[in-house]
Amino acid sequence: MKCSFNTSMWNLKNDKNKIAIIDEHRRTITYQQLHEECEKLAEAVKNRCLVFSLCENSIGSLLGYVCFLNHHIVPVMLNSRLEKELLYNLQETYCPAYLWVPEKQIDMYEHATCVYRAYDYALLKTDYDREYPLYDELALLLTTSGSTGSPKFVRQSYKNILDNAKSIVQYLGLDERERPITTLPMNYTYGLSIINSHLLVGATILVTNKSLVQKEFWRFFKEMEATSFGGVPYTYEVLERIRFMRMELPKLTTMTQAGGKLIPELHEKFARFADENGKKFVVMYGQCEATARMGYLPPEKAIEKKGSMGIAIPGGKFYLIDPEGNAIIKPYTTGELVYEGRNVTLGYAECGEELKKGDERHGVLKTGDMAQFDEDGYYYIVGRKKRFLKIYGNRVNLDEVERLIKGKFEIEVASAGVDDHLYLFVLEESMLQRVKDFVVEKTGLNPAAFHVLVIQEIPKNDSGKIQYRELEKYYKR
Amino acid sequence: MTNIEKYTNAFVEALEIKEEQVEGLEYQAINEWDSVGHMTLIAAIEDAFDIMMDTDDIIDFSSYEKGKEILTANYEVQF
Repeated sequence: MKCSFNTSMWNLKNDKNKIAIIDEHRRTITYQQLHEECEKLAEAVKNRCLVFSLCENSIGSLLGYVCFLNHHIVPVMLNSRLEKELLYNLQETYCPAYLWVPEKQIDMYEHATCVYRAYDYALLKTDYDREYPLYDELALLLTTSGSTGSPKFVRQSYKNILDNAKSIVQYLGLDERERPITTLPMNYTYGLSIINSHLLVGATILVTNKSLVQKEFWRFFKEMEATSFGGVPYTYEVLERIRFMRMELPKLTTMTQAGGKLIPELHEKFARFADENGKKFVVMYGQCEATARMGYLPPEKAIEKKGSMGIAIPGGKFYLIDPEGNAIIKPYTTGELVYEGRNVTLGYAECGEELKKGDERHGVLKTGDMAQFDEDGYYYIVGRKKRFLKIYGNRVNLDEVERLIKGKFEIEVASAGVDDHLYLFVLEESMLQRVKDFVVEKTGLNPAAFHVLVIQEIPKNDSGKIQYRELEKYYKR
Repeated sequence: MTNIEKYTNAFVEALEIKEEQVEGLEYQAINEWDSVGHMTLIAAIEDAFDIMMDTDDIIDFSSYEKGKEILTANYEVQF
């Protein structure tokens, strides 16, 4: 069955001889070649179906993504380094027809047959004998956490992706001269939005799996004359630490920041640096549930409005509601941030049967973030309604971490903390290392983010609910 | 503590790994040594030897062995 949405996401033939992607080995692929490669890969898949796409920042990975979206094949975007057991569980839950994986990982998949190869990637046919029906408008699935392997996916439509990409193109003023360099994984909503918006304008994307603490990254950056990059708060801490502001990067014009709130001092520092060097520093706000972007702080306001995430993107609208659901009209009053726009995604899926579900949000998203606006209508995030932290830009659900630990060790545990620092409270000394090793393994995040402490007793109220406030004394200074 | 002990110790503490793992260890070879681990490691080494490393050295620090070379060549740390 073909999808009812019958246009291609990106018109690759428009930009013919323009280079679409350059990888870290200096290999290139033009838009025309990308188009041809996409046709061949689509031929191998044949029908609209579900594909697990194990992503890295490479031509092969991107080729799969572009092909799947242009041919209405639905990819589930996952990290190629996702822990094996978590990946296996996701496969069992969703029964993908194919896997698109780095060639070097083929041996990891015993029950799948390689049917096509291109650019160091391989298409593997799985042996599931069932396929779940897919909603017509469903374009792709992204994880909410990025790391804990939760089977909860965000369902994004073709219109969501296109609309958000167009909006980003507009407010950042992107055109075909741009040369963004990858600093984020493409299975991460922010990383993907950079790819989506730049493909739309026919720009050249510089892809690398090297990180910004590696010499090869900076050599590639300079040699290929990158014009922009994006970063989560931690990225900017690292940049400051490696004295980025002293580097000679004349071609760099734009630095964007999202994935959590940057501390105001760093916000100001980078805004001033950009201002003094003729560059733009753009703080943005978004969530996977709104495809990617919802807000941005216009660069000319970056210094004046430091600490703010800005205003709604073109085509979108923000407002705040109080606990009764009424709109807040007075500045500097905290309420839950609500966003309206065509990039608000369809909803979630937690199992294969839910892939046939339609639009459940109708363009309205309660973000779960608590915010205020000032007298000029600029928004400031001040807290969160739900219990989760951003660890190096990745959303980590605290209740889910507790559940995982309880499930594994059958012990009492409480989790709390601040962004980039997750604290786990246990009762027994003997559990310290085991709990730590377990969460590090399950999340795939650096151990420096996790602090396991032994306390006498987990504070609870009379009805047995954990009193997280009382734990703050252990980590708030 | 000798210099090599201090150096190895910085790896063990910063990356939270075992002493047996450090020999031949390269950036990104283990989950612990990612960009987050790298910055923790550099800070630990700077503390251990009371030095301030240059950007070029921080981003060139790609393995346990390479790090020793850098410290000897540019920071007068003898192993």
